[in-house]
Amino acid sequence: MAAEIYRKPIMFAIVAAVVILIGTIATVFFPMFTEGMHPKLENLKPYTALQLAGKDIYQREGCNNCHTQTVRPLKTEVMRYGDYSKAGEFAYDRPFLWGSKRTGPDLARIGGRYPDAWHYNHFENPQSFFKQSNMPKYGWLKDSKLNPADMEAHMKANGFPYTREEMADLGSKTELDALVAYMQVIGTAVAKKTATATAAVEEKNPLANDPKAYEQGEDVYKQNCEACHGDDGKGGIGPSLQDKTWLGKDGDISDGRIFAIISDGTDNGMPPYGAQLDKNKIWSLVSYIRHEQQKH
Amino acid sequence: MNDYQYDHQTVKGFIVSSIFWGVVGILIGLWISIQLWKPEWNIPPFFTYGRLRVVHTNGLAFGLGIGAIFGISYYIVMRLAKRPLLFPKLARFHLHLFNAAIALAAVSLFMGMNQSLEYAELEWPLDIGVVILWVIFAVNVFGTIIKRKEEQMYISLWFIIATVVAVAVLYIVNNLSIPAGLFKSYHLFAGVNSANVEWWYGHNAVGFIFTTPILAMFYYFLPKSTGLPIYSHRLSIIAFWSLVFAYLWTGAHHLVYTPLPDWLQTLGIVFTLFLIAPSWGSVINGYYTVGADWSKMQTNYLTKFFIMGITFYGLQTVQGPTQAIRVVSSLIHYTDWVPGHVHMGTMGWVTMTTAASIYYIIPKIYNTEIYSVKVANTHFWLVLIGQIMFSVSMWITGIQQGALWKATNPDGSLKYTFMEGLVKNYPYWQFRTVAGLIFTVGMLFFIYNIYMTMRKGKSLATSRA
Repeated sequence: MAAEIYRKPIMFAIVAAVVILIGTIATVFFPMFTEGMHPKLENLKPYTALQLAGKDIYQREGCNNCHTQTVRPLKTEVMRYGDYSKAGEFAYDRPFLWGSKRTGPDLARIGGRYPDAWHYNHFENPQSFFKQSNMPKYGWLKDSKLNPADMEAHMKANGFPYTREEMADLGSKTELDALVAYMQVIGTAVAKKTATATAAVEEKNPLANDPKAYEQGEDVYKQNCEACHGDDGKGGIGPSLQDKTWLGKDGDISDGRIFAIISDGTDNGMPPYGAQLDKNKIWSLVSYIRHEQQKH
Repeated sequence: MNDYQYDHQTVKGFIVSSIFWGVVGILIGLWISIQLWKPEWNIPPFFTYGRLRVVHTNGLAFGLGIGAIFGISYYIVMRLAKRPLLFPKLARFHLHLFNAAIALAAVSLFMGMNQSLEYAELEWPLDIGVVILWVIFAVNVFGTIIKRKEEQMYISLWFIIATVVAVAVLYIVNNLSIPAGLFKSYHLFAGVNSANVEWWYGHNAVGFIFTTPILAMFYYFLPKSTGLPIYSHRLSIIAFWSLVFAYLWTGAHHLVYTPLPDWLQTLGIVFTLFLIAPSWGSVINGYYTVGADWSKMQTNYLTKFFIMGITFYGLQTVQGPTQAIRVVSSLIHYTDWVPGHVHMGTMGWVTMTTAASIYYIIPKIYNTEIYSVKVANTHFWLVLIGQIMFSVSMWITGIQQGALWKATNPDGSLKYTFMEGLVKNYPYWQFRTVAGLIFTVGMLFFIYNIYMTMRKGKSLATSRA
């Protein structure tokens, strides 16, 4: 009997289709009707027109070929990027943009990590931040303006709310503005973890009397800090480390406080480095900053 | 022989077209391999890595892969049905539409029209084109098989029928989207649901484009070129049905440790492990077939292509399931290990088997012998060496990346910044470009050999006339 189907192509195709559909129904069609596939965090907001335009550009440029947008619940991954990704963060992503390859770092928690200026400068010239970066330059995006009519159609297709004024404003924005706006909203529905390491910090720099420490600190500074805080701490995207506050003229900042700022970051644009730099490196940075202060 | 003359033009057309798109895809592959270690090779807006990579993958999967599958399937179907195609003119139209669609697809991807669904990047108007292409293919395949002059359907026909059915379902469902203009659409599915649909599609694109039609070629051309019958018919029945059953459950292994519900991840992993069995069913069948007379490896130049091809298929289908296991995935997912894995399958199994099938078909069509067995042997060794260098270097750098990302200092902080890890890839990426270059040179030997065979065949035909 069974041998019959090897003589009947239509019957064979039907049986093959049924066999193929069993796994499809079990793992794709059935789950669609379960709640687990449609989670939404309470404070997740639909994209604004500018953010959606940025997401469209992210897709157009194929950013997802090198950058993932999902932090796995693995210890070192959470340390490097931030809280692991939650299912309810992606309800407005059509399609999902988790990616499959990390040639560049994960971007699931990039929103709010750096100030806007960081992104503008980095898109313009990634190598000015990381000399050996292989990321292409995207400064050319600032030469194209957004098209409000297209964006209105895109907002409608997604069913996102928008206002007339919002759409009118778009005409004056560039593609780079949109991409930065998108960067800054990614992953922000999950609250940033705030200061945890500070509790255990000593007030005095244990390397204070080590003359070598500031040299190591200088290396660390050049690799991680210089792009924002400038040559010798003159300032740039980030504040000067030679102004009155930092020079102690407006009241001294303790070693422990500097350590905490480097380790935990701040709410106005300083990313946390506690997971990426060990204590020794951070203290050597404190030594370096102190050393620079003494020059002035 | 002459009964088939007209349809042979179509078969040949598909083969030549697929080789052309293959060259485009391979050259772009070389280009993007250089971009990884030399960012100056990015030329915005059309030729940045983000846009070129999808031209590379689509060019090779759809241009080379599907083009060759269309042409070679037509050839196999005609032979096994013992009759010409039922709709020869439709098949000719199919060829022209195929080339037009691939050209438009390449242009649209350069322009950045991209759904951001891996291996389903083409925007919705082109998706409709692909569906039309597939329907035409299905009509001719089924029509010809129904009107066949041979009672039994040979194994290769089962695999071709399964391909036609499965790709139709996969492609249509995953490409359902909400259009927002002629060149832009949004996935009908959102978030985790979108991810689940996409990787069900993505993994089965591998299953039903890079596996079943290639197995159809393997089961047909291995006995044809060696003269040895397939070792076990029963084994091929078991392997076929368990393969097409299990494949559809496995997509979630691409989403291990993502927010996809845990039960789906686990189910995907379990079925992926099971998949070793049917895959190795075909591997064993291949080995035992040639096992009847291993001297064929020396006396028949095509045998080694098929045996090497099925060997890489066997390695691929053990490595793949290994990667699905959570602890392995946590180390190698998102690293270069994965492109290393993919390229073993595409360069080692798919291209090897397809090239051997073309070596068999072209002399048959022209009623002549291959131009040069020596050139074919050179081709064989170059693509073999290039592919092994490519895959092995990517596995090593993948493990290194995974390890550096996980490394911690004694105080628990991370040992390496992302950049410190990235720069350690550069030597491997440079090595990979060299490997790709060796592979490309091998493919040029292949193309030269096919071209010369066709020339020889043409002059023979003129002298006969």
